[in-house]
Amino acid sequence: MDIEQKLENIRGIIVRAKRWDLFFTLLGILSLMVGVLTFTILFVDMAIEGVPRLSMDFFTSFPSRRAANAGILSAWVGTVLVMLLTALAAVPLGVAAGVYLEEYAPKNWITDIIEINISNLAGIPSIVYGLLALGLFVYYFGFGQSILSAGLTLALLILPVIIVATREAIRSIPQAIHEGSYACGATTWQTVRDHILPYSSAGILTGVILGMARAIGETAPIITIGALTFIAFLPPAPFTGEPPAGLFDWIFAPFTVMPIQMFNWTSRPEAAFTVNAAAAGFVLVFMTLAMNGLAIYLRYRLRKNIKW
Amino acid sequence: MSATLPVQVPLMTEFVSDRLSKKASRHVKERIIEFLLFSAAAFSVFVTVTIVYVLVKESWVFFQTVPLSDFLFDTQWTPLFDDAHYGIMVLLSGTLTSSAVALLVAIPLGTIIAIYLSEFAGFKLREIAKPFLELLGGVPTIVYGYFALTFLTPLLQKIYPDLPGFNLLSAGLVMGVMIVPYVASLSEDAMRAVPMALREGSYAMGATRLQTALWVVTPAATSGIASAYILGISRAVGETMILAVAAGMQPNLTFNPAEPGATITSYIVQVALGDLPHGSIGYQTIFAAGLTLLLMTLAFNLLGYWLRKHYREVY
Repeated sequence: MDIEQKLENIRGIIVRAKRWDLFFTLLGILSLMVGVLTFTILFVDMAIEGVPRLSMDFFTSFPSRRAANAGILSAWVGTVLVMLLTALAAVPLGVAAGVYLEEYAPKNWITDIIEINISNLAGIPSIVYGLLALGLFVYYFGFGQSILSAGLTLALLILPVIIVATREAIRSIPQAIHEGSYACGATTWQTVRDHILPYSSAGILTGVILGMARAIGETAPIITIGALTFIAFLPPAPFTGEPPAGLFDWIFAPFTVMPIQMFNWTSRPEAAFTVNAAAAGFVLVFMTLAMNGLAIYLRYRLRKNIKW
Repeated sequence: MSATLPVQVPLMTEFVSDRLSKKASRHVKERIIEFLLFSAAAFSVFVTVTIVYVLVKESWVFFQTVPLSDFLFDTQWTPLFDDAHYGIMVLLSGTLTSSAVALLVAIPLGTIIAIYLSEFAGFKLREIAKPFLELLGGVPTIVYGYFALTFLTPLLQKIYPDLPGFNLLSAGLVMGVMIVPYVASLSEDAMRAVPMALREGSYAMGATRLQTALWVVTPAATSGIASAYILGISRAVGETMILAVAAGMQPNLTFNPAEPGATITSYIVQVALGDLPHGSIGYQTIFAAGLTLLLMTLAFNLLGYWLRKHYREVY
């Protein structure tokens, strides 16, 4: 075999390898396009069907047996109230746990158990949290099928998200900041309060928003605790009604939330309700996208601005 | 970390201001705060313990009436009928079939996207694509369910007219698309963690990007990619709303994705939507089903943990 032929062989190998390379590039773009396309179709399909249904009345009407009159008033009010309780419960707990694990935790088996446990909690299906809440909040604590039960359930569900976000935010603060603070005689808590928490607050906020965006779309655990699908009244506002409701009576009120309202309409056979489902879905997707978008923007800003 | 300074200035002691002297109250306050923060972290363990306790307690009552052998080997699931059968296999077949369809979509697509983003795509494209994937993962699953039922199923029926309105296939396919972001994003992280020197070595030998990606980067990132797959599997097994909306909720012992079927998760939803009295056998079945689900995901999580520990390449 002369040198010319060997060269020819090598050229062949190179050309073939490059052809595969190009082929894979196209395959990669194609795969990415499948994702993009699915999302676009999903969104556009829902928008075409649902957007004409969106009017002021849709937001200010209760659900109804007649599809054309039905609205999402009780659903969005329920979602807002449940989210409020979720945030109130999950944020302090999650941030405290994250701070403990990053700043205080000694290296021992207890810390190991907590860490393994948190990553394990993140992998538990959401419906299992619903069963937990059904056994614990609804029957054992006797909270019933209330806003309180739902808020606490979702809080447990997003706790791992907030803990992980807090830890990552804290970890990105350079060690020198800690050392500087300790060198000035600060205690651990003073360091955390005056330095660690303020500097990591944007990162934590990003995590909280992502967690809330997840909670807002969760349907299964809330159905499991037995939320009703047809609610034609609002929870009692404080100091109104007869006799006047207490400041916190609303947390024990029955409720429905956006995803459950959408599920209810989706599972009805009449086409008119499918339109309602599309409209509710559009509002829901819009809310989660806005929250996710905000989180992504915050992270982007954060990465750009902070140079330690 | 209350450091006691070893500095001793005996002559000056009387001049030390009150603010700087060591105070017991300061120490106690630190301890209380540390204890509170520890309680918050330990609370997560409490959550896990409570989950297991609640599920086991209710399932225990269930298994008093239904022998475990019936639960595992009966081929019918009719807990709400007069002639009640409790064969979890029926629900398990729905879960496995839909998960298999989902993974057939999610694993190839997710891996290809991960390799493409990590080894082929430029910085700009990656900066746009990653947040986009995140958005895709953030869409509520009920919306995916709506999409499967009202868009994908009619579309599939045009190709395959015998397909029933509720089927595991279309739910599984949409579930696959839902899982792609998780698989892609985690695999990509694992691949990006592979040191540049390995790639440079490969390029220096004259390998193309594809050869480097397949024969150098992917093997080096195996443990991360495997745990991404496992996360995908446990997502698929635990997914609820897509199946509840688009797969119908009739229990059906089948491995044919073109049939309707109930899964463990959609059965729980179905029961919760009805009004079962607290303490009835029907109420207990959802805890037994939930326990099965928890054990499955726990097994996958442990497998993932083990894979990470034993197959991790350390550089």
